[in-house]
Amino acid sequence: MNFHPFILPFAIGAIFLFAVITFKFVMWIRNLDRKQRYFVNKNFFSIKTISAIWEIVREALIHRNIYRRNPLLGYMHMSLAFGWFLLIVVGKIESSFYAGTMFEEPWLAIFFKYFAKEQHEYFGAAFFSFTMDLLLLIVLSGLSLAIFKRFRSKFLGLKKATKHNTFDRLALASLWWIFPLRLLAESSTAAISGNGDFLTGSVGNLLKALPVESMELPLWWAYSSVLCLFFVSLPFSRYMHIPTEIVLVFLRKWGATIGEQYSGLTDIQINSCSRCGICIDACQLNFAASINDVQSVYFVRDTRYGSLTDNVANNCLMCGRCVEACPVGIELTLIRQQLRNKAEIPGKHYFDYNKAEISKNKSDVVYFAGCMTHLTPTIIIAMKKIFEEAGVRYWFMDEEKGLCCGRPMRQQGYIQQSKDLISKNMRLIASSGAKLLVTSCPICYKSFTDEYILDIPVMHHSEYLKTLIDKKLIKLQKSSKRIVFHDPCDLGRGSGIYEQPRDILKQIGELNSCELEREESLCCGGSLSNAVIELETQIKIRDHALEVLTESKPEILATACPLCKKSFVHGNKAKVMDIAEIVAENIILQNKTKTVIEQSKYLTKNLKTKIN
Amino acid sequence: MKNWGFNISKPRVIDWDTRDTSEYAKIIEKVPSAQRCLMCGACAATCSASNHIDFNFRNCHLKYRRGQFEGLADELDKCMLCGKCKLVCPRGVNTRAIIYNMRIFLNDLNYKNIEQ
Repeated sequence: MNFHPFILPFAIGAIFLFAVITFKFVMWIRNLDRKQRYFVNKNFFSIKTISAIWEIVREALIHRNIYRRNPLLGYMHMSLAFGWFLLIVVGKIESSFYAGTMFEEPWLAIFFKYFAKEQHEYFGAAFFSFTMDLLLLIVLSGLSLAIFKRFRSKFLGLKKATKHNTFDRLALASLWWIFPLRLLAESSTAAISGNGDFLTGSVGNLLKALPVESMELPLWWAYSSVLCLFFVSLPFSRYMHIPTEIVLVFLRKWGATIGEQYSGLTDIQINSCSRCGICIDACQLNFAASINDVQSVYFVRDTRYGSLTDNVANNCLMCGRCVEACPVGIELTLIRQQLRNKAEIPGKHYFDYNKAEISKNKSDVVYFAGCMTHLTPTIIIAMKKIFEEAGVRYWFMDEEKGLCCGRPMRQQGYIQQSKDLISKNMRLIASSGAKLLVTSCPICYKSFTDEYILDIPVMHHSEYLKTLIDKKLIKLQKSSKRIVFHDPCDLGRGSGIYEQPRDILKQIGELNSCELEREESLCCGGSLSNAVIELETQIKIRDHALEVLTESKPEILATACPLCKKSFVHGNKAKVMDIAEIVAENIILQNKTKTVIEQSKYLTKNLKTKIN
Repeated sequence: MKNWGFNISKPRVIDWDTRDTSEYAKIIEKVPSAQRCLMCGACAATCSASNHIDFNFRNCHLKYRRGQFEGLADELDKCMLCGKCKLVCPRGVNTRAIIYNMRIFLNDLNYKNIEQ
């Protein structure tokens, strides 16, 4: 039997690792909520499982997402992950061929060179020996890049690296030592018994100058101990992402998503975070306002170790830029929302409002302006003009006494209060009997689509205007104005509406692109989700965003969100207009209803009656 | 004689020597812009909730500053946190954050259960 006491540290570490990981996985899977369980049961035996396996190969081994971000960073990760994986697989095959059985001692593959000293003739001996050396070289090259990255992270495309805690440092140090020690141990054996290939053999030749006989065993002991140290620290450090990510990919492919309450999936997602720090670079609080201790990576870390502070949980714009950038695909904003969740008094009704009026006439379209739109009345006037020009029977739901959509409440963690508002609004919407709900505010739009149970479709006004134009209900005149479009967070990243507003603007003026748009678009800083930052910080974020947006010196900065408009207007960089205003300005009146003069008369008359 | 229709109203004097200002100091620590508040009332004028019900942020802020916490927790529950007040504030006070923090502190103090 191939045995030596130096395998003991490795064996103990491996058994400990296996036990801890199994325990954690069982706990997490037991804590999945009902909806997540349903999806797992439904899709367990389906094609989705196969596509999950393919994704694991693509992302967990080859790291395609990181490759796209920066090829060197991708190579670094791939050489370490895929290289080590192949070292284990090829090593296992090699030792099986050597032993002539599939069931040789499990440690034989790890310490193969020490036990297979004599020149045996077995199938593919030279090939295996060469491949193992090549793989070790690849891993070592990745490792040297990793060490280089510690000191010069900019070289690999990361502006800011994550600050790590003790467990991470311990695991990282042991990981760095594993492969150099393996090389030295194998080379020393090669120097004595001559079983090395191009790498271990030549390093062995160099080692011959030293007292190799007395070095060999200590080196193998050190290699085994470092492996043990890494295995023991892995479940408590960021390297837990290696096993957890595999489970996450399966669950995601089966359709499980983060719900309202903290569940097993949340645990799996926060353990899948490798703390690579890509989210730090994506965060506007970092690069525009130089706040760099609240980013998603720290939020996830603090949640995992149970040391989450109020500041870290609440100081976030919820713009979703980090979710877009995350190579693992963790649903960071939803997890933040879960952790902001406050204790509730069951059964209490918070809003005993009853002054919101229900619809008196039947109408085709319900128009919900939203709280913010009431602070930018030009959008409301523009929408009214468009509705009348298109000849649509509409009901302005919150003209006089409207309610909030409930999303600001939810983002601050008051779920029950939010549901209170939602049920009130749903009753109002149902009272109109309309076939479509149009809203002017992306925040409300996101709330209507995600939180409400409605039997009519919901449209943001940019979508709605697009359909009106397509149906030729309104006609637009072309001008030569240069326009830049700003994607609001909740409309773009939140709801995936990028094309409709751009299509409209292309019909009106010359649409310029800017450096950061679509998925990468910046937040205006006015986000309601952040109850920590003050006006001064918001202004910094706004000014940075304005700088990027107005780089091409556009005449009009178009947006589709009243909150973004309100923020940008005070920046005084360009003329800020909502997409509805631009459409209303360039509409060709077809004498369907009133002319402009009549309309202005109508408005002044209305004003007078209000004053009287 | 007991029920003759009139009674003595509670004194409305605020004793500046005994009032509790330590709670307001916590708010200022969390939301420094609270100190800039002029009590102009623009927030109360724009409030969506005050369309429906008697709710006034300026009033709540003033009471909290003076340490009059009675019934304040229930009063603050009327707010929808929509953030309109924050946008209209001429002094750039993060009114929404003040309400949010007042709620949290009042919950910590268990003022919610105090009989009025």
